[in-house]
Amino acid sequence: MQNVLQWITTNQQIIYIVILMIFVGIEVIGRVPSVLHTPLMSGANAIHGVVIIGAIIVMGKAETDNYLALILGFLAVILGTLNVVGGFVVTDRMLEMFKSKKK
Amino acid sequence: MGFNILTICYIIGSVTFILGLKMLSNPASARRGNLIAAAGMLVAIIGTIFLYRNTETGEHLHNYTWIFGGLLIGSVIGTLAARKVKMTAMPEMVSLFNGMGGACAALISLVEFNHISGELAVNNSSEYVNSIQPTVLIIVLGLIIGSVSFAGSMIAWGKLNGKVKDFSFTGQNILNLILLAVALGAGVYLVIHPANSFLLYGILALSLMYGVLFVMPIGGADMPVVISLLNSFTGVAAACGGFLYDNKVMLTGGILVGAAGTLLTILMCKAMNRSLINVLVGSFGGNSNSASATGGKDQGHYKEISLSDAAMVMSYANKVMIVPGYGLAVAQAQHACHELEKVLNEKGVEVKYAIHPVAGRMPGHMNVLLAEADVSYEKLQEMEQANDEFKTTDVVLILGANDVVNPAAKNDAASPIYGMPILEVELAKNIIVNKRSMKPGYAGIENDLFFRPKTSMLFGDAKKVLQDLLGEIKNV
Repeated sequence: MQNVLQWITTNQQIIYIVILMIFVGIEVIGRVPSVLHTPLMSGANAIHGVVIIGAIIVMGKAETDNYLALILGFLAVILGTLNVVGGFVVTDRMLEMFKSKKK
Repeated sequence: MGFNILTICYIIGSVTFILGLKMLSNPASARRGNLIAAAGMLVAIIGTIFLYRNTETGEHLHNYTWIFGGLLIGSVIGTLAARKVKMTAMPEMVSLFNGMGGACAALISLVEFNHISGELAVNNSSEYVNSIQPTVLIIVLGLIIGSVSFAGSMIAWGKLNGKVKDFSFTGQNILNLILLAVALGAGVYLVIHPANSFLLYGILALSLMYGVLFVMPIGGADMPVVISLLNSFTGVAAACGGFLYDNKVMLTGGILVGAAGTLLTILMCKAMNRSLINVLVGSFGGNSNSASATGGKDQGHYKEISLSDAAMVMSYANKVMIVPGYGLAVAQAQHACHELEKVLNEKGVEVKYAIHPVAGRMPGHMNVLLAEADVSYEKLQEMEQANDEFKTTDVVLILGANDVVNPAAKNDAASPIYGMPILEVELAKNIIVNKRSMKPGYAGIENDLFFRPKTSMLFGDAKKVLQDLLGEIKNV
C-alpha cells in the first residue's frame, strides 16, 4: 500500500497527463460527422503507432550480444513502422477521395 | 542540450497529435490534419533516434543498422500495402495495421521483462524487487492489452476478407471471462513475485487466446466497432510504453487514441442504435436462433423484374434514389453506378444517393467508395435528408443493401435490429432491389421489404446488373 501511494506521488505528473489527455481525446472528436468515422479511426490508428518510439528505444538499448532482445526489438521496429507508415498512408488515401469530390 | 531538444521534439509531437485528431474530425481540414500528425510523428521518431539518452547511463542509442533496417523494411512494406490495397479492402487494412501496433507493444513488454529478469538473477534483494514492481505491472499490462489487440485485429482482418468464419459455442462468453481472469490473475502474481519469468509467456498465450475468442463470435457487420475498440486498446498499450520509458509523447499519443477511440466506438454503436455491450456479447450471434425462427415463417412470394422492365421504369421516372450497400462494395460497382447516374441524368431523371450511416462495412464506407467514382458530394444524401426525399421519389434502386432498409427495425420489437434507424424506402412509389440471392444480410434475418407489393427483385452481381441495365436504358 505504502508502495502504491509512494508511486502515485512520484508519478503525479504522468497521472495528471493521463487524466487531462482522456478529456482532450474525448473533447477533440466529440462532434465528428459519421461520414468521417472511418478516416478518423484510421488516423487514430496511425497515431498510436507512436509505440514505434518504444521499439526504437528497446532496439537501441539492446546489448549487441543479446540476440533475443535484438530479434524481438527488430521485429517490434518493423511492426511499429508498418503501423505508422501504413496508417498515415491509408488515411491519406481515404481523405484524398473526400477532397476530389469537393470540386 | 540534445536531450532538451528531444523534449521539444516530443512536445511538438504531442501537439500535432491533438491538432491532427481535431482536424480529422472536420471534412474540410481532415487531410491536412492527417499530414500534420504524420509530420509530428516524424519529428518525434527522428528525435528519438539521434537525441535519446539512457536516463541511467547517459548513453546514446546504438544498433543503428538494426533500427534503420527495421524502419526501412516497415516503411517500404507499409507504403506498398497501403497504396496497393483496394478501396473496398481498406477496413481490413486498418485492422491489420492496428494489429501490428498491438504486436509491437507486446514485443516491447517481452524485451523489457527479459531485461528485468536478467537483473533479477543477479540482484534478488527485496528492495530491488519492490522498486521494480510498478515497472513489471506496466509491462504486464502492455503485454496483455497489446496481445489481445494483436490477436483480435488479426481475426477481424480475417473476417473482413472472408478467410475466417463466425464461430461461437455455448458458454463462450464465460470461457472468455475465465481466460481473461486467469491472465489477469497470473499478471498480479507475476507483479508480486517477478522472479517467475515463465509466467509471462503463459500470460502472453492466454491473452492471444482471449483476443481470438473475443472477436470470433462477433458478426462481420460489427467488425468496424470491434476494430475501433481494438484501436483504442492499442492506444492504451502504447501509453504503457510511455509509462515504462517516462516518455511523454508515447503517453499523450497513446492515451489520446485510447480515449478518442473509445468515444468513436460508442459513436459508431450509436449510429446503429445499439449499445457496445450488445455488440460485444454478440446479440446478433446469440439471437440468431430466434431470429431465424421468425424468419422461417412463410412470408409469401417476392416478384422478380426483368432488366428491360427495370430500365423502362427508371428511364421514365422523375426522381431515382440509389441506396448503396455492401453488395456494391464487393462487386466494385461504384463506377458502373456513376455511369448509370450520368445516363439517367441525360434522360432528364434526377438521381440521388441515400447513404445510411452504417451501410457497407464501415461508417463512411459508401461515401469513400462513391467519391472514388467521382460521384459529386451534393448528390449524397444522409439518412434524415434521404427519408424526406423518398416521399417524392419514383424509383428506389437498392444495390446490395439489406439490413439498413429492413422495416423490421421499425415495427418488429422482437427483431435483433429493432430500434436501428433505417432508410424508409417504402415511402417511394417503386422499389427495385438488386441482390445476389434471397440470402439474409449480416444480421442474419429475413427482410420483409422484399415481399412487399411495391418491391421487385433484380438478382445478380451488382456490377454486372448495372452494366446490363445501362445498356438497356441506352436502348429505351
